[in-house]
Amino acid sequence: MPIKSYLAHPHDGKKEELIKAISSIEQCEVMPAQNENLLVVVTDTLDELADKKLAEEIEAIDSLKLLALVSGFNTPINK
Amino acid sequence: MYTSVTNRRSFIKKMAMMSAMTAAATMFPGIMFAAEQEKGLPKGGNLDWKKGPCRFCGVGCGILVGIENGKAVAVKGDPNSSVNKGLLCVKGYHQTMCIQSKDRLEYALVKKNGKYVKTPLSDALDLVASKMKETIEKHGKDAVAMYTSGQSTIPEGYVASKFMKGAIGTNNLDCNARLCMASAVTGFLTTFGADEPMGCYEDFNHADYYITWGNNMAEMHPVLFSRMLEQKNNRGAKIIDFATRTTRSSMAANKSILFEPQTDLAVGNAICYEIINNGWVNKSFVEKYCNFSKGLTKMGYGTEDNYKFKDKPEKINFEEYKAFLDDYTPEKVAKYSKVSVKNIKYLASIYGDPNKKIMSLWCMGVNQHTRGTWMNNIIYNIHLLTGKISQPGNSPFSLTGQPSACGTAREVGTFTHKLPHGVVMNKKDREMAARIWKVPVEKIPAKPTYHTTEMFRAVDRGDIKFLWAQVVNPLVSLPRTSRYRPGMEKDSCFVVVSDVFPTPTTDVADVILPASWHIEKSGLYGNSERRTQHWDKMVEGPGETTPDAWMTIEVAKRMGYGDLFQYSEENHVEEIYNEYRQFHEGKKHNMAPLEVLKAQSGAIWPYVDGKSTQWRFNAKYDPACSNGEDFHFYGKKDGKAVIWQRPYEPAAESPDKEYPFWLNTGRVIEHWHTGSMTRRIPVLHKAMPHSYVEFHPDDAKVLGLRNGENVKVSSRRGSCILPASINERGLPTKGQVFVPFFDENMLINDTTLDAFCPISKEPDYKKCAVKVEKA
Repeated sequence: MPIKSYLAHPHDGKKEELIKAISSIEQCEVMPAQNENLLVVVTDTLDELADKKLAEEIEAIDSLKLLALVSGFNTPINK
Repeated sequence: MYTSVTNRRSFIKKMAMMSAMTAAATMFPGIMFAAEQEKGLPKGGNLDWKKGPCRFCGVGCGILVGIENGKAVAVKGDPNSSVNKGLLCVKGYHQTMCIQSKDRLEYALVKKNGKYVKTPLSDALDLVASKMKETIEKHGKDAVAMYTSGQSTIPEGYVASKFMKGAIGTNNLDCNARLCMASAVTGFLTTFGADEPMGCYEDFNHADYYITWGNNMAEMHPVLFSRMLEQKNNRGAKIIDFATRTTRSSMAANKSILFEPQTDLAVGNAICYEIINNGWVNKSFVEKYCNFSKGLTKMGYGTEDNYKFKDKPEKINFEEYKAFLDDYTPEKVAKYSKVSVKNIKYLASIYGDPNKKIMSLWCMGVNQHTRGTWMNNIIYNIHLLTGKISQPGNSPFSLTGQPSACGTAREVGTFTHKLPHGVVMNKKDREMAARIWKVPVEKIPAKPTYHTTEMFRAVDRGDIKFLWAQVVNPLVSLPRTSRYRPGMEKDSCFVVVSDVFPTPTTDVADVILPASWHIEKSGLYGNSERRTQHWDKMVEGPGETTPDAWMTIEVAKRMGYGDLFQYSEENHVEEIYNEYRQFHEGKKHNMAPLEVLKAQSGAIWPYVDGKSTQWRFNAKYDPACSNGEDFHFYGKKDGKAVIWQRPYEPAAESPDKEYPFWLNTGRVIEHWHTGSMTRRIPVLHKAMPHSYVEFHPDDAKVLGLRNGENVKVSSRRGSCILPASINERGLPTKGQVFVPFFDENMLINDTTLDAFCPISKEPDYKKCAVKVEKA
């Protein structure tokens, strides 16, 4: 059950748009930096396939310039 | 050692979030998330954020701990703290996760027939008190000792000092700050007559250059390093890394200059030579505010038991000092320091430029040095000769390793020679202590006894028969543990260890006392910039865990000293701090009232007329200046600082045919000191699961070593097997190996040398001779 964290870099002037877009995805938690053009994104999915699809979904967002994986954990869903 | 993998999915998500925030902090120095983090919390959640200082290093970052249903569930940087402005390093973000470790010491353990037996705390404290009393009756008060810490809180250090020096009447109290900050203290005292930096972190915002002396700040003081990077990016300030090893700091610096171990003394003198011979001396400053002195030389290295040294300062004049420096021309020094003439002249020209503001920053590279006091003096010489001191951005800045090495070890004075104000050798200081402690002045001995290394030698010799170690793990952190571990295992000494987790030191204890962790008690720490910070107890500790200060008080009461320790269990931190503040009343060191510290993220002493004093000795900022001049170095009777003539002398042990490598030891960003806390934090342990030995690729090639291959590192004192690390995180110079000391399973301190600076008695962990072979 993958949990991953990413650094999401928005296009210039698109930070709010990117926050809104990623926040609307159920499996995502977003924490924007206060003083930099950067978002931390944590994803929580059921399996590898869902994880892959989610990453693709995020990467397709127009306001996103770059998505960089930071860490990945695999942990049982019920614990 | 136990390593837990948390079974809470939400916790894993937090770890993932923290990892990303940490990664972001390395890419964007000064990046802040704290406010958003709070906003993003679920509405209706019951999270209560409590402020305090971080548990780990001497930077003293402000933290906010999120409490939910009595548990610490999150940590974030305190945006209101001027120290870190909301930023934390990887250790800071994860700190509270160690509390949940399954092998937490929750109850007292008493060794019976070779096995530890769970014992009610009250019974264990009875045993400690009776053993201590019995030892004093049989062998005298100097047969008992306490060894404490720069991680002890101010109240913990204060009651330990009062207990040993005021109640029992022995100076057998020392602390692990002896291993990290003692040379800084003697440096300050010999040059200025007053301990601790004259500047503050605000200096980072004004300096044009940051020159780091043997100091890997990117890993050891990452939040301050990020402040430097921010200034580098925003204002074009420059970082010069002067070191014996290429590190993450070197890589982020504008320039990296490498030197041969121990020759920093010579390079420092060569800089002074250049300053004088190029006419860069600030003559009016030097004439008005400086004296010149020299001391004894060829002092030895303290490697023999009962070594004694007392310096004999002698005044000299400027011309004599100038003549002494003739031995340190850049050309002469370049030959043995391996620093080019060009680079020596470059460094000198930065200091000599009257239009540039400079911070010099150092920590263990300068302090853990057999001539550590001299090295501190030499850096001050450079700043005094150029008059670049005690002004915003012009700041020789001795950084601290531990969270309260300044607040507790140095200000409260948990060294053998110290009192909360002054030293035991001074009659007036003893009288002040006796008055505040309400003990006869004769009770406080006038002679210091054992500094740390000598204390553990005395245990080994059988002279100390009772030792109580608090908040400290000496059997990982002492130099030459190959001697001191068997010493502590001897039956001749009854060993009490108070700690939060099992360590190699608790392994040799006769009694283990279960200590409260940081946020399970109230307390105060004092950081590198003279900032005192308070925190309230945030969560309950498990089992019978108890604050160290209260355990000391309980033992003191059981030994019949109850009248001196009439504090209440509920408010003892406040009562002790208010008593302690009396020692520092006055414009030179006044401590902020507790209500101020509760209301804000710390205050810098001297706290005078409701204000912190950011720059000492400068009449514009420091109300204690009283000579009517611009500067007043009031720590010295004549108000003048001292420029010291200090020569280059070789290390205590240098590589030779049999042991051809220098051994340098130190820390890594993921782990705090001996790893007893950070190795129990899964995300940190996974990031850096074990120690290693770094090689220069040329040396590795000659030895036929591959990355990860096991290597035996041996000295004349012991050996240690570790995997090789070639051109990974750090890169030592050819002929040098580097080993982090956090790993209790790879005890590199079995090989290190217990040589120390004869003035400060601080050991040198950075230089001894070893050989290496495939294991």
